[in-house]
Amino acid sequence: MFIKRLSIIFSLIILTLASCKKEDDTLNTEEKGTFALEFENVVNGSPLVLNTQTYSNANGDKFNISVFKYYVSNIKLTKSDGSVYAVPESYLLADAAKPESLLNSMTNIPVGDYTKISFIIGVDKERNLSGAQTGALDPIHGMFWTWNSGYIFVKLEGTSPQSTATNNALTFHIGGIVDPNNTIRTFSTDFNPANPLRIRTDKKPQLHFKVNAASLFTGKQSVNFATLNFTMGAANSVVVADNYVNGLFELDHIHN
Amino acid sequence: MKHFKVCLWLFLSTWIMYACSKKDITTTPVDDVKFVIPANFPEAVYKFEGNALSNKGFALGKKLFYDARLSSDQSVSCGSCHQQFAAFAQLDHSVSHGVNNCLGKRNAPVLFNLAWQREFFWDGGAKNLEIVPINAITDACEMGTSLSAIVDFLNTTAPYPQLFKEAFGVQKISSQEMLRALSQFMATMVSGNSKYDKVIRDPKQNSFTTEEQLGYQLFKDNCASCHTEPLFTNLKYANNGLDLISSDEGRKIITGLNSDQAKFKIPTLRNIELSAPYMHDGRFKTLDQVLAHYDAGVKAATNLDPLLVKGGKTGVPLSSIQKQQLISFLKTLTDNEFIKNKAFSEY
Repeated sequence: MFIKRLSIIFSLIILTLASCKKEDDTLNTEEKGTFALEFENVVNGSPLVLNTQTYSNANGDKFNISVFKYYVSNIKLTKSDGSVYAVPESYLLADAAKPESLLNSMTNIPVGDYTKISFIIGVDKERNLSGAQTGALDPIHGMFWTWNSGYIFVKLEGTSPQSTATNNALTFHIGGIVDPNNTIRTFSTDFNPANPLRIRTDKKPQLHFKVNAASLFTGKQSVNFATLNFTMGAANSVVVADNYVNGLFELDHIHN
Repeated sequence: MKHFKVCLWLFLSTWIMYACSKKDITTTPVDDVKFVIPANFPEAVYKFEGNALSNKGFALGKKLFYDARLSSDQSVSCGSCHQQFAAFAQLDHSVSHGVNNCLGKRNAPVLFNLAWQREFFWDGGAKNLEIVPINAITDACEMGTSLSAIVDFLNTTAPYPQLFKEAFGVQKISSQEMLRALSQFMATMVSGNSKYDKVIRDPKQNSFTTEEQLGYQLFKDNCASCHTEPLFTNLKYANNGLDLISSDEGRKIITGLNSDQAKFKIPTLRNIELSAPYMHDGRFKTLDQVLAHYDAGVKAATNLDPLLVKGGKTGVPLSSIQKQQLISFLKTLTDNEFIKNKAFSEY
């Protein structure tokens, strides 16, 4: 009787301990490292200079850029064996006017050699529909539509003498998550197998991307600023997203 | 033996308390502010996820709701266009009246039972309760300001930093806590204690008058497909034939679909007696005018709701007696307990 009771009590104690265990108590033997994600904004090979520099699009229209911002999210790294590591809560907002936003440290990455990276240009559907967000997704950054709620994935503003809009403005606000005007696009690129992304505990390798603002206007369909100079979601945003999905990001090099 | 047993249980309970102490010792006393779903209501959409309802969060949300200093010229608060005596719509204003005497383009909607809505505004453009206030804050014709201006103001104006610290445990206020506080206040505005609710929940103790009962039957026969009980809206969008050609594209602005041209959110009929004027542009000042529209004013617009066409004719024919019966029923949807609830009052 006594033994029985004691054993019940002991199992209760063990159960209690187990149920109260904090989540992060799980022993983690896996080693972690860090890498940097660097975005170098360019326009067809030339450095992007806001406001003062004049560029040409594929159609031959002259233009300059006053605002260039974009979201990179849901970053995933793939090893040569095919295993994928999804970087949790990876939401980055790059802003050409804020140099510090162009160099992002990605921490707590399991060590190993990675041969591929992929990410969403923009923000996943779920977060577009979520409640009040913070950090890169804080609506304070001017990348959130309030009238048709959701994130602006890529924002380019400027002027072009060819633009027929008031003050020759160019307004390209790309976003939208509902078909047929869904502009969520995923970019991926393989690394040279001889030089994979080597995540180690004592190193901080760097992935250096060139980000070509002019890619919005060429690719699947060249943009003529006389006819397309304004989009805030909808069909014309799809035209632009289908252009930049292949041309916006180009892996320039990996510093291991 | 009995003594030993007590000792064991004492030991055990102490052990459990110890083992769980990190979680349980911080438990605060039960809060007074509660989100209660009326017995005749469905499950709510908004679940306070990541935004646990608390006295302090709710009180802070209420303070923000009524603080006109948040607007660009310090003249307009949320409460300016959402007045409690008008069921949190704006009395006598066909469209909302914002900063610098600017007039918006649509009628300010009532605010209650928001926790049951998936989409907000007349066109359903806002898709989560928490982000709804940003539109009014930034609209040039409403509060005319920016999130960053408000966040700066809150971070530098006592007692807000202290109140946010107490409610959300933050040292620095961000838009997230500001919006969460407002959501605690707004989601808790539940109107479910009208005469109608009392009759439905307890028909033995409460009953409609004969006229109200006749009106209820008329309502069920002619209105309930869109203004579905118990929320008195099916939360969808419809064209009710206000204009042959509407100057406001309504739902189409959001979806881009021609089939949504000039469709607007079907509004709830709860507290309808108090929330005049009516329609998305506030064109009707009285319920008589509204029913006159449905009786004889419905226009054959392209997307006119098929339910408003019967036997090749538009509209819902109603005699003047039937109109009075319907209005009598609609008045049973007035929830005076909600309208007079001090928990939601500015003063």
